Amino acid sequence: MNMNDIMSLIPLWILSSAAILIFFSISIKRNHKVIFVITVVSLLVDFFFLTSYSIKHLQPVEPLLIIDGFGVFNIGLILLTTLVVVLISYAYFEQREERKEEYYILIILAALGAAILVISKHFASLFLGLEILSVSLYALIAYLRKRERSDEAGIKYLILAAFSSAFLLFGMALVYAATGSMEFAGIAAWITQAHEMPTIVVAGFGMMIVGVGFKLGIVPFHMWTPDVYEGSPAPVTAFIATVSKGGMVALLVRFFNTLNGYQYTTFMLVFTILAIASMFIGNILALRQNNVKRLLAYSSIAHLGYLLVAFLAGEKLGMEAVIFYLVAYFITTLGAFGILATLSDKERDAELLEDYRGLLWKRPLTAIVFSAMLLSLAGIPLTAGFVGKFYVLAAGIQTHRWLLVIILVINSVIGLYYYIKLIAIMFDQKQAARTSQELHPLVYIVSSVTMAILVLSLFWIGVNPEGMMTLIRDVVR
Amino acid sequence: MLLALLILLLMAGGIASGFLARVSHAACRWLALITVTIAFAIIVSVWIDEGLSMTQTDSWLRDLYIPWIPSFGIAFHLAMDGLSLLMLALTFFLGILAVLVSWKEIQYRVGFFHFNLLWVVAGITGVFLTMDLFLFYFFWEVMLIPMYFLIGIWGHENKQYAAYKFFIFTQASGLLMLLSILALYFIHGEQTGIYSFDYFSILGTTLSPETGRWLMFGFLIAFIVKLPVVPLHTWLPDAHTEAPTAGSLLLAGLLLKTGAYGLIRFVLPIFPEASASIAPVAMLLGVVGILYGAMQAYSQTDFKRLVAYTSVSHMGFIMLGVFAFNELAMQGVVMQMITHGISTGALFVIAGVLYERIHTRDILRMGGMWKKVPFMGTVAMIFVMASLGLPGLGNFVAEFMTLIGAWQANKLFTIIATAGLVFATAYSLRIMQKVFLGKNIEGHSMTDLSLREKFILVPLCVVIIWLGLFPQQVINAARPTVANSMHAKNHTAIHQEAQTNHVKYTSAFTLEKGGSHEHE
Repeated sequence: MNMNDIMSLIPLWILSSAAILIFFSISIKRNHKVIFVITVVSLLVDFFFLTSYSIKHLQPVEPLLIIDGFGVFNIGLILLTTLVVVLISYAYFEQREERKEEYYILIILAALGAAILVISKHFASLFLGLEILSVSLYALIAYLRKRERSDEAGIKYLILAAFSSAFLLFGMALVYAATGSMEFAGIAAWITQAHEMPTIVVAGFGMMIVGVGFKLGIVPFHMWTPDVYEGSPAPVTAFIATVSKGGMVALLVRFFNTLNGYQYTTFMLVFTILAIASMFIGNILALRQNNVKRLLAYSSIAHLGYLLVAFLAGEKLGMEAVIFYLVAYFITTLGAFGILATLSDKERDAELLEDYRGLLWKRPLTAIVFSAMLLSLAGIPLTAGFVGKFYVLAAGIQTHRWLLVIILVINSVIGLYYYIKLIAIMFDQKQAARTSQELHPLVYIVSSVTMAILVLSLFWIGVNPEGMMTLIRDVVR
Repeated sequence: MLLALLILLLMAGGIASGFLARVSHAACRWLALITVTIAFAIIVSVWIDEGLSMTQTDSWLRDLYIPWIPSFGIAFHLAMDGLSLLMLALTFFLGILAVLVSWKEIQYRVGFFHFNLLWVVAGITGVFLTMDLFLFYFFWEVMLIPMYFLIGIWGHENKQYAAYKFFIFTQASGLLMLLSILALYFIHGEQTGIYSFDYFSILGTTLSPETGRWLMFGFLIAFIVKLPVVPLHTWLPDAHTEAPTAGSLLLAGLLLKTGAYGLIRFVLPIFPEASASIAPVAMLLGVVGILYGAMQAYSQTDFKRLVAYTSVSHMGFIMLGVFAFNELAMQGVVMQMITHGISTGALFVIAGVLYERIHTRDILRMGGMWKKVPFMGTVAMIFVMASLGLPGLGNFVAEFMTLIGAWQANKLFTIIATAGLVFATAYSLRIMQKVFLGKNIEGHSMTDLSLREKFILVPLCVVIIWLGLFPQQVINAARPTVANSMHAKNHTAIHQEAQTNHVKYTSAFTLEKGGSHEHE
């Protein structure tokens, strides 16, 4: 490992050192504010470093990692998303009495894991990143341990994630056994040479799909999603929905492109079925939900299905669409869970539909922001979600995937129903009495500014997506 | 610039009046009123500027082109021709009335109401002006959401259901249109190497009959749901009935017209062969709509629902006229779009006025009102007569022209459609009979129209009579567009001059696939 390699890994160093720094800081004195500031600053420094240094020094770090435009973009996205989650978390955990400082260590470690995941080009680093991410998530999900459903969610995730990791490992082992390589490029080279894929490799990839599918929460590996979404603290849910899933998507894109998986009809068929099933089951199960977190969980299953449509479309436009959709989806999801977090109180999260009744008349701005986020999820113009959906449809039509595109349209309409239902409840005239505890005004300012930034970027990307498109196109190239 | 200004003015006015309501409700109403009035004044001044007779050949009066998302070849391209001008004049005229009609009716969340009202109008303005297919879809959706809120928040008893139904119907059909738009975009791009959503370049696309038909269905579905044509009309009675008066006015007067506009502007010119091939079916649907709407209207007891079904019936004439493929019928369609907007809008206003006084829409519980409110009765009489197609009023001209045109295309359908006029007489007279004549069973006592209400209804009367007696100006204004819609190739030629001035296609695909020679 030479100097250049060390320099290019600095974004990862910064995250790890931040975690250690917080660790020591806690052992000296517990102070929520200080820890919060350390976290925010280190994320910002990391992002700054990424955009000023890493972007100019793109190179592989043999044999495990590769720092390329795609990787840098995704790390940047992960860092910013984590930053937003942290900003939301401050107010959320401030009103809860439990020990809140360790939360920040975990979330930084989770971000580290995701960052490794998106730049890995080797099974070892892939697994390393995935496990760092997962292990942090086990703890994060059950963080508010006094709550009724926390343990359930944590244990459920633990068991299922471990199970799926085992599948992934076994799959990797089979692939390695046949190809003798753990590097993506090496595997690709072997397969091209072999002309025909032996059963053992196919089985290996099949098992890996199970592992990946679990992380993405697509049907039929989606069972954990609603329970975990419901049981986790709202900011953690936001993190799972964005960083954890997005990191996996980025990895999948890299792996599939290196292998040029588009030529294997079997895999395309499998992913097509997964996409269709995710869209339909996600949306249909969301229809009857009375719990907003579960509703968003099912909606996220459907959205991963939409994302797979762009992924399946492939080619350059498809890749652009995947990334653009991820960006739009990240902003929207963060916004939605951010609002959920700000409305939550000490006992429970604001997760029932009834909590939102008449919100528009009580807290107009909050309701409008939440509506904007929901409309973005539904893919209505003026929002980023619309441009994302447009991109996905364009990619699908360009490669003539008519079946997927038409199913996507049908599902958008089904999805519309429950998004509007939620909006209609907020606009209802009857008001639910629900007030949260008063905190120091500064706490609210942090949350409000975060939400304001999110909603502005939502509209900015929705109305003027050119800048983001250009950026993404450079990254994909 | 003027065109973008119109839309911006309405949007800004909407936001401003939304906030102003926190200070004073009256100020908010006045601001909304002034905003729409300014927009109306601008359009009228453009009309006067162009000369009221408008007989020149170049159909494009104003044009604005700003690149928006160059990666996809999307531009903020607005252009106005005679048809757009007419539709905009109607839009702002009804917009003014919509603000006025809500003056007393809406007492709840006034700011948000006017915000939505102005944004609906802004969205509709965009739809009537845009010459970029992506932008068209964009505005098509933008006008839905505020309309959804108008129905869902300020509507009557069953408002949630109606609002859902309205939204989901239009959204679903709109998405199919988006698919067609995208497919056209890629087909056109592959043919020419120029990836652009611009209307005038898309017009030149050659499509195989099979593809052309499929893509046309995407557009057609979106437009005939909006229009609505019979099997897809079920959202309309609910939405019209449950909406507040201003909402019904905008729905009947303008939103339905966007469907007709879309047929004339997009379906016929872009898919001339495909639309010719389905013309008999489309005309049949039109005729079915005329008869079915009329029969349904006759059997309703809810005033607003009755009027809603008359819309279904009247919109049947539009289908009939558009797919008759001749200039006369098409002129009739344009007339029908305007006169129906005025006459049906007015009937909804009367329904609203009655509802404010006696709090029911059930016509069986009304009766004998003429004695109490002779002025209202007279006004209602005029619009009922307009609705049944009495000569001298606008609707007669429209339907007469449509029928003459349709006769050349299909004699049988025309005869049946003419029978529809008889049904129209039946349901229209039933309104007068049940509401204003007969006995006042429940002993309602009520006051005649207030000054504000007169101010709304009298201009409507004047316009409908004017349209009936001097329709030539409208016909002149619409003629170039109408003529071009049947010869799409001319359309492009006429616009070529404007095109060379500003259109630079720099889409990502152009760079990628077209190679260096396409790239400037």
